Amino acid sequence: MSDALAVRLAPWLYTLALLVIWEIVVVVFQIPEFFLPPPTSVARAIYEYWPAIYRNSLVTLWSTLVGFLLAVAFGLALGLLVGWSRSIYAGLYPLMIGFNAIPKVAVVPILVLWFGIGFMPAMLTAFLISFFPIVVNVATGLATIEPELEDVLKALGASKLDIMRKVGIPRSLPYFFGSLKVAITLAFVGTVVSESVASNNGIGNLMLQAQAQFVVPLIFAGLVALAVEGIVMYWLMAVLERRMTGWAHRSGFAQA
Amino acid sequence: MSGFVSLHEVSHAYGVAGGPPAVESLTLSVNRGEFAAVVGPSGCGKSTLMKLATGLQFPYHGTVMVAGQHVTKPVKIAGMAFQAPTLLPWRTTLENLLLPLEIVEPYRSQMRRKKAEYVARAEALLASVGLGGQGDKFPWQLSGGMQMRASLCRALIHEPQLLMLDEPFGALDAFTREELWGVIRDLHAASGITVVLVTHDLREAVFLADRVFVMSARPGRVIEERVVGLPRPRDLEVTFTSEFQDIVHELRGYIVRARQ
Repeated sequence: MSDALAVRLAPWLYTLALLVIWEIVVVVFQIPEFFLPPPTSVARAIYEYWPAIYRNSLVTLWSTLVGFLLAVAFGLALGLLVGWSRSIYAGLYPLMIGFNAIPKVAVVPILVLWFGIGFMPAMLTAFLISFFPIVVNVATGLATIEPELEDVLKALGASKLDIMRKVGIPRSLPYFFGSLKVAITLAFVGTVVSESVASNNGIGNLMLQAQAQFVVPLIFAGLVALAVEGIVMYWLMAVLERRMTGWAHRSGFAQA
Repeated sequence: MSGFVSLHEVSHAYGVAGGPPAVESLTLSVNRGEFAAVVGPSGCGKSTLMKLATGLQFPYHGTVMVAGQHVTKPVKIAGMAFQAPTLLPWRTTLENLLLPLEIVEPYRSQMRRKKAEYVARAEALLASVGLGGQGDKFPWQLSGGMQMRASLCRALIHEPQLLMLDEPFGALDAFTREELWGVIRDLHAASGITVVLVTHDLREAVFLADRVFVMSARPGRVIEERVVGLPRPRDLEVTFTSEFQDIVHELRGYIVRARQ
C-alpha cells in the first residue's frame, strides 16, 4: 500500500478499529447494555430512533450555526477594535478574560429568565462560548505586525487605516480562520449545554430524555450524532481556512 | 546648516521625557547624492538615527532637516530597507513592490489608471537587481538574498531621493552579502540617489561609502568622520588592497575606543 493511500484510509481504519475494540471489550467483559452499550446496539438505536435523532440534530445544528455566525461577526469586529488601539485593548482585555472564565452553564438560567427556553438560550450560549477565541486570535494577528514593516509604511505617510487594510487584516486572517475551528466545536458545547438544561428540543434534550427513560443506547446515539456534526463542521472550517489562507501553510512540516 | 540630510545637535530619548537619551548632541550632514555609512558599537543609536532622519521619531532637542525642510512628519522622499526583508507573504514579489505606490501620493490616486505603467516600472527595477521575471513568485519562494533584493526594490519603487538602509545585509551569508554590495553600488551609481547606510560591518562601510561616520557608545553621537577616497567604480578586489585595509583598521581603532 502506498503512503498516500495509507494516509487517506487511516481515519476510517482507526475509527473502525475503535469500534471493533469497543465491541470486543463489551462482549469479553460482559458489560451490561445499560452501563456501556456496544456499537452494534448504538447503531440499532440510531436506526430505530432515526426520525427523532434527525429532527433534533437539525435543531441543534441550527442553534449552533446561528450562534457561531453571530460569534464570527462579533468576534471579528471586537478583535479589530482591540487590535486597533492599545487603550481599548488594555480596557477590554481583563473584562473579556473575566467573562471567558465564567462557566457558560451558569449563564443559561439568566438567559432563560430573559428569553424563555428553547432556541434563544441555546443560540446565545453557543455565541457566548465561541466568540472569545475569535477575538483573541484576530487581535493577536494585528498585534504581531513587524515593527520594521510598520516603519516602512509610516515613513511613506500611511495612515493607521492603511496599515490595517494592507497589512494588519490580511496578516490576521490565518489566525482568524484557525480560530474558527476552535470556535465551531465550542459552539456545539454551548448549544448542548443549554439544550440539556432549558429546551424541549435538540440533541441535548433528546439525551436527557433518553437518560430519564433509561434508554442508554439512545444516549450514545445522541453522542454519535453530535460527533458527526462536529466533525463535518470542523472539516468545513478547515477547508475554508486552506482556501482562504493557503499562503500561510507553505511549510512542509505538517505534510511530513 | 547645509547638506541634503542634516542633523544638528540632536538629542532624543525614548519613552518618558528625562529617560536616558539614545543619542545626544548628534551632528551629521550628508550631501546630495552622497553615499554615507554610519558605524558604531551595538546599541549606539544607529537605528534611532534612521528614525529621526525619516520622521518616525522627533528629537526633544536639536534640528533635523532633509532636502532643506524641517522634519516634522514622515519623510516621504525616503525609502527604507531593514535587515529583515519584511515582504508580505500573501502578495507576489511584484505586488510587494507595488505596495508603497498604493500608499504614497501622487501614485496612490493614480494607481488604477496607471497600473500597467507601475507594473512595468516594478519589473524593470526587479531586472536591474537581477530578479528579472521573478515577480510572479511569492517571497517565500525566493532565497534570502533574493528577498533582500526585492526589499531594496520596494524601497526604491516610489523613486525616493533618499535611501535609508538599516543593516540590510546583516542576515545574509558572506558571499551573498558581497554580491549585494555590488547591487547597491550600481544602484547608487546609476541613480545618484543619496544613501545612508547603517551597519556594523566596517568592510561594507568602507567599500560602499564616500564618507563613514563613527558613532560613540550610547548615548550616541558622531565621534569621527572619515572620507573614503577610493576611486569609483570600486571592484570587490579593492577590499584586498592595503589602502582599503588601512582605512578599515583605522575605523576599527575608533570603535574599539568608543566601546571603552
